[in-house]
Amino acid sequence: MSSVVSISQLAKYYQVPEREGGLKASIVSLFNRKYKNVKAVDGITFNVEAGEVVGFLGPNGAGKTTTLKMLSGLLHPTSGNVSVLGYEPRHRSHDYLRQITLVMGNRNQLTWDLPALDSFDLQRAVYGIPVDQFKRTRDEFIELLELKDLVNKPVRNLSLGERMKMEIVAALLHQPKVLFLDEPTIGLDVTMQRRIRSFIAEYNKRYNATVLLTSHYMADVEALCKRVIVIHHGRILFDGDLSKLVNQFSSYKTLSLSLHDPNVELSNYGEVVSKEDGRVTLRVPKAQTSQVTARLLSDLQVDDLTVEDAPVDDVIDQVFSQKEDA
Amino acid sequence: MRRYIEFYLASMRVSMLQQFQYRVANYFYMIGMIAEPVIYLVVWSTIANQQGGIVGGYTPGAFAAYYIVWTLVRNMNIVFTPYGWEWRIREGNLSMELMRPMHPIHNDIAYFSGWKVVVIVLWLPLAAFLTWIFKPTFDITWMEGVVFFLAIWGAYLIRTMLLSLLGMITFWTTRVSAIFELYFGLELILSGRLVPMTLMPQWVQSLSNYLPFKWTFFFPIETLVGTMSTQELWAGIGMQVLWITIGASFLSLVWRAAIKQFSAVGG
Repeated sequence: MSSVVSISQLAKYYQVPEREGGLKASIVSLFNRKYKNVKAVDGITFNVEAGEVVGFLGPNGAGKTTTLKMLSGLLHPTSGNVSVLGYEPRHRSHDYLRQITLVMGNRNQLTWDLPALDSFDLQRAVYGIPVDQFKRTRDEFIELLELKDLVNKPVRNLSLGERMKMEIVAALLHQPKVLFLDEPTIGLDVTMQRRIRSFIAEYNKRYNATVLLTSHYMADVEALCKRVIVIHHGRILFDGDLSKLVNQFSSYKTLSLSLHDPNVELSNYGEVVSKEDGRVTLRVPKAQTSQVTARLLSDLQVDDLTVEDAPVDDVIDQVFSQKEDA
Repeated sequence: MRRYIEFYLASMRVSMLQQFQYRVANYFYMIGMIAEPVIYLVVWSTIANQQGGIVGGYTPGAFAAYYIVWTLVRNMNIVFTPYGWEWRIREGNLSMELMRPMHPIHNDIAYFSGWKVVVIVLWLPLAAFLTWIFKPTFDITWMEGVVFFLAIWGAYLIRTMLLSLLGMITFWTTRVSAIFELYFGLELILSGRLVPMTLMPQWVQSLSNYLPFKWTFFFPIETLVGTMSTQELWAGIGMQVLWITIGASFLSLVWRAAIKQFSAVGG
């Protein structure tokens, strides 16, 4: 199977002026300007197959958005090779742009003063979508995202979440084959996040679209992405199944138990993370999980016990902190 | 080609809908803009009256005609400014436009064209009022009317090309207000915005022949107010086409270099 997205040794370096604060440094910089080379993306390589949904994870400034911008053709790479659907994105050929979309959580492509329907119609003209196909797709998306009562309202009167749903509809009306989603659920409440997640999953299923997604909400990643790519300081730290990431980087498991006597001392069994309403959460080194579980069951009167992997958020934190230390 | 026509019509429609929503604000903006030509008109009419009723071939009635047509030409000359370019690069809005399968200049031209339709509609009662107050002298043939209609759109396109070129400097540096102001200063003197070009010294008039400015102001106004022959009228349209072509060619060249500089800041 040929890859939809293929990246090899991709790098993007910026030269940024640098000086210390203060008037003296400001005057000195007029005559002796110093630059710093910033490696936003530093030689990353990966492929994405058709229909895959890949989560792109990393802290702020890791290089996620820069990578998405290079993939969508907004930025020219400093070096390396990129191919998406057989196109070199930096050429921004119109055929290529018609097959992709970039959704940024903080961007607005809708006309503020008019109902979203007018902006949708403009999108039809931008992409030259046949009228029948446009109406079918628009109505399908409006139904999926439950927007029927909102599409006639001026965009300025919509809530952030409602606007984001409209943005997503506008971005997908031309039925792109590849979706670059940069923080699509940023700032939204939990219900709205869930609605958008399920819509993306449905779009991926119906159109076999390839999705690259960045998000700081692990719920997005867990719900949508089987595979994750973890990036830090412009380099890939991990590329594989989400479950594998947890196995590989998590050094502990979480034991959640209800005890007959909730006041019993548990620090001998592991790190007590929380104690609420008679339910205790313990953090236990992964290698000792079965041993500790057996001890707990034999020593104490346990009403209920569950063993879980560490939350993905914690695992990601651990990945970054391990690499910082290294 | 059909897709572009559809896009232009759709974008103009959106722009018209949006601008009609702000009709009162647009009207006050236009009324505010009248102050400048009215001052010029009063000053020149006074001078003409003091000099026996004529200055450089212009009677008070001819000045009134010049500056009333000026108000429409000035409104037609409003395009996406270099400050707008600075804003959309800094705020990251250009990123979204670059994701469309067409050059962003099409969006600028189409959007402002829709706005112009609203401007023309709103201008008509304003022109009627100014005509009632200042009693301009008009003697317009149908040919002049046709050429004027083409010339105001030609002026709009020339200015779009020039100011877009200027705006693209912001791909290299984000603080270029001084360059913009220099441009606007030159334009004020060499376009016919301040005074009809025929009142300028001969060397300024000669210089203006080799520059695009006068084809955006003086020429469109003179098609209605002046006494150009048919040949001169169409030659003027030819000059506008030439400047549009030169502007578009430079725009295409600079764009190719500029887009490599784009760092997609702010989004």
